[in-house]
Amino acid sequence: MNNMQLDTQLTDIQVTDHPFDVDALTKWLSSSPQDGAIVTFIGKVRSLTDEPISLYLEHYAGMTEAVLNKITQQARNRWALNRIVVIHRVGNIDTNEQIVFVGVSSAHRSNAFAAAEFIMDVLKNEAPFWKKERTSEGDKWVDAKPTDVMALKKWTKSSSKQE
Amino acid sequence: MNKIIFFAQIRELIGTDTLSIDAHNLTVAMLLEQLSQRGDKWSLALKEHTVLCAINKSLVDYHYTIKTGDEIAFFPPVTGG
Repeated sequence: MNNMQLDTQLTDIQVTDHPFDVDALTKWLSSSPQDGAIVTFIGKVRSLTDEPISLYLEHYAGMTEAVLNKITQQARNRWALNRIVVIHRVGNIDTNEQIVFVGVSSAHRSNAFAAAEFIMDVLKNEAPFWKKERTSEGDKWVDAKPTDVMALKKWTKSSSKQE
Repeated sequence: MNKIIFFAQIRELIGTDTLSIDAHNLTVAMLLEQLSQRGDKWSLALKEHTVLCAINKSLVDYHYTIKTGDEIAFFPPVTGG
């Protein structure tokens, strides 16, 4: 991680084929004295059976970064936020490894909670990533879930917590 | 000329990741129709599934009219996070 870059801007977006350092990201999110709240979310590869699965994540380089940028900007337009981190892994990822990290800092917790959830909900529906599951029975592309589309609805009603 | 990029299961089904063709003045719907006539695999990948289209890395609908130089991408619904 490039800490010099982190210190000169308040939004950090990365698409990477390496594991990320949650402690370093949290430390950066926590570094502004005016912030009273840090909310972080970590998404990881889960396995519902005894058999470990691994994932392969493909993305559309260039569009991914543009979409993640747009989402963080939308969050800033909606809530008073200070620091924002969005890290997403691509390539091969094993069971129980981390795929995605979203972190938000703000003066108060309600804005930070809402913004972190908003960023994840929109990312799941709009950022151009595709997961392929690799199991002993073969490879299979993961289908998009209707529940992810439903999750967007809470942000289109009069749900902004800050007018 | 236009560059067309395919992703995920669409790319695997048709066995092609990029194409270079002249698609200017076609709508996205017309281009999809034209591509799906390339064979059964193309028709299966592009007509029997939900296909999203991005032009120059932004999502567009099927009515968009393609211009010379536009980068066109076709992909399935996204599954990141």
